[in-house]
Amino acid sequence: MALRQCAIYGKGGIGKSTTTQNLVAALAESGKKVMIVGCDPKADSTRLILHSKAQNSVMELAAEAGSVEDLELEDVLSVGYGGIKCVESGGPEPGVGCAGRGVITAINFLEEEGAYDDELDFVFYDVLGDVVCGGFAMPIRENKAQEIYIVCSGEMMAMYAANNIAKGIVKYANSGSVRLAGLICNSRQTDREDELIIALAGMLGTQMIHFIPRDNAVQHAEIRRMTVIEYDPTHKQADEYRQLASKIVNNKKFVIPTPITMDQLEALLMEFGIMDVEDESIIGKKAAELAAA
Amino acid sequence: MQKVDDIKPCFPLFRNEEYKESLSNKQTQFEECHPADKIQETFLWTTTAEYRDLNFKREALTVNPAKACQPLGAVLCALGFEKTLPYVHGSQGCVAYFRTYFNRHFKEPIACVSDSMTEDAAVFGGQKNMIDGLENAIALYKPEMVAVSTTCMAEVIGDDLNAFILNTKKAGNIPNDFPTPFAHTPSFVGSHITGWDNMFEGVMRYFTINAMEGKEVGKNGKINIVPGFETYLGNFRVIHRMLDEMKVPHTLLSDPTEVLDTPADGQFRMYAGGTTQDEVKDAPNAITTFLLQPLQLEKTKKLVDTTWNHVVPKLNIPMGLEWTDEWLMKVSEVTGKPIPDSLAKERGRLVDMITDSHTWLHGKKFALYGDPDFVMGMAKFLTELGAEPTHILCNNGSKKWNKAMRAVMDETPYGKEAKLYPGADLWHFRSLMFTEKPDFMIGNSYGKFIQRDTLHKGKEFEVPLIRIGFPIFDRHHLHRGTTLGYEGAMQMLTTLVNAVLERLDDETRGMGTTDYNYDLVR
Repeated sequence: MALRQCAIYGKGGIGKSTTTQNLVAALAESGKKVMIVGCDPKADSTRLILHSKAQNSVMELAAEAGSVEDLELEDVLSVGYGGIKCVESGGPEPGVGCAGRGVITAINFLEEEGAYDDELDFVFYDVLGDVVCGGFAMPIRENKAQEIYIVCSGEMMAMYAANNIAKGIVKYANSGSVRLAGLICNSRQTDREDELIIALAGMLGTQMIHFIPRDNAVQHAEIRRMTVIEYDPTHKQADEYRQLASKIVNNKKFVIPTPITMDQLEALLMEFGIMDVEDESIIGKKAAELAAA
Repeated sequence: MQKVDDIKPCFPLFRNEEYKESLSNKQTQFEECHPADKIQETFLWTTTAEYRDLNFKREALTVNPAKACQPLGAVLCALGFEKTLPYVHGSQGCVAYFRTYFNRHFKEPIACVSDSMTEDAAVFGGQKNMIDGLENAIALYKPEMVAVSTTCMAEVIGDDLNAFILNTKKAGNIPNDFPTPFAHTPSFVGSHITGWDNMFEGVMRYFTINAMEGKEVGKNGKINIVPGFETYLGNFRVIHRMLDEMKVPHTLLSDPTEVLDTPADGQFRMYAGGTTQDEVKDAPNAITTFLLQPLQLEKTKKLVDTTWNHVVPKLNIPMGLEWTDEWLMKVSEVTGKPIPDSLAKERGRLVDMITDSHTWLHGKKFALYGDPDFVMGMAKFLTELGAEPTHILCNNGSKKWNKAMRAVMDETPYGKEAKLYPGADLWHFRSLMFTEKPDFMIGNSYGKFIQRDTLHKGKEFEVPLIRIGFPIFDRHHLHRGTTLGYEGAMQMLTTLVNAVLERLDDETRGMGTTDYNYDLVR
């Protein structure tokens, strides 16, 4: 099987890292050889696999050693549950430096050091919240990730972010082979959430590849720095991630997305009752004026 | 004051009394500088072993680097291809620097453009600059290839060259089939030699990676030569000459000799000579590929190994006697062409010259700095002459260089004492010139300030600079010389031995004191 490289994007706090690690654990459980590359200065993309607080990141180690050229692959690569290879690109503290460059440096390093060996079936890039600069688009440059999954929920801002990410993908998809491979709905238990995301996926030209229900088992496992797959393999939530994994293995629907306008997105939200129809008459009116009216 | 019929240049003009007075007024009234004795005391402190030890403990600072940045190398590489315009995606100032750097060294105009990214490009990404820049550059300067590299700015914001260039073509701003090889060349990674390697790999990749069908190793009966970051024009010429004398058909991949040495005949040549696109496309069909500076061509080697399936000969830079021998013998071995008498005779002449000068060079101590392959070849040649390399500094040298260099030095008693300094800079080197004084230093023009400083301490502390390397800004036409092959060894030997004799004359010119050794015959 040829190596498949996938990038996971989505709004900050939506559960990208948790979803990715549970998904990857399910893939590993089924015998796939997988590597996770965390592309987020928080460096929390591998903790559930490694049972650690935060893995030593490429940039952290490079800063210690003097330069990235002084590092060896085994310095930055740790192996965790199910033989999953883990790397964190890392980056600066909030407010300083450039985290995007860290992603570029780390991925270049992995390529030069031959981390992408023939044994691997999957590489997953877990990328920070929004695509804020070119560096965070590094995982979808030519000859890197070709499938993008967007984690979202039925909340407005999550959908807004998903649409924005789709816009970003178009820029690269037109000249390269990167494609949107689906939306993963990580449920927030909003009303008609599945229908809403299916509708959004349809408008973006893609699919909702799986709906992950909300379950406390995920948090129970997370407190123990484990995935549900490892913590409680018999739990029904583990099966949800197994289903997601198998859908991704068999996924054939890779598209250039068709992002929608703000108006279209608002219309969709109104249709599902998440947003009220705008009352033009109240705009710009102060409380006192409204009371008087 | 200048007189119209007696215009003086800045030296000695500023030694006139009125200028001396003006300078001294400026110093006393405005500069608030330390008293002269304090300055002298500090200067002397910087020449001590104590200072050297502190200097070598430096962690976070480079003073006077002995290297330049990646895109500079990318530009030189691009200049070696026919009708190719080097195009740097990034800020204008960087590219002005590359042009002036080469202007000052080669005394030639250098055609090279940038897409002039400014603050808005830093915020919104440089795609618009790329689209306009490529369209304008091709319309104005009519190249047949544009070789794109990057500056720090584009790299920090993560601009994706592949996507931007394809989008430019897709938008129809430049023709789809216009050759636009590219390489990411962040200035804050590696040095000019890394940039050369990256750009070269980019050009080769562009023309061959998806065109390997029908390619067959050895089909065209030629050998490929890859020079690496090479600034001695004579080196390109001597490689051609030696291979021509051997009747070995060959392609020199990236050959800027014409464009960097254009005649003054009234015609401006933006492009001249260079490796053609057809030669590049045909390169995988060669018998094999020789890398003249293997330590700096790692990425290239990977491509040549894995995509072209060439067995790259394991050789050192063909500098000095033994390594030129090995190089020629390897060429002969892979091509089946014998080494002709002309080259054997040339070798014999070199050996004769070495013997003639041996008495003057034996045991002389040299400190040197420069690029990894150059210092390695140079140090090896010094040991062949019976001279002793004492300090070998390589700012862009890796651990691998250090290991290989050590092995070469340990082969001979002349190299045993050599100390190696990978990653060190010219301020480190300056310390060494005071505390462990060699007879001479070998390097680029920047060494002249170290020579001045050593002289300031006293004539007996002066370390004269022999200019071999890059850049050489303060002497003319040395870049036209040769350092490779027997011819290069002859030229370097001539330079070295005459520097020794010049210095000896200098020291023995004292009337009635040292002139007992001020001999007519040396």
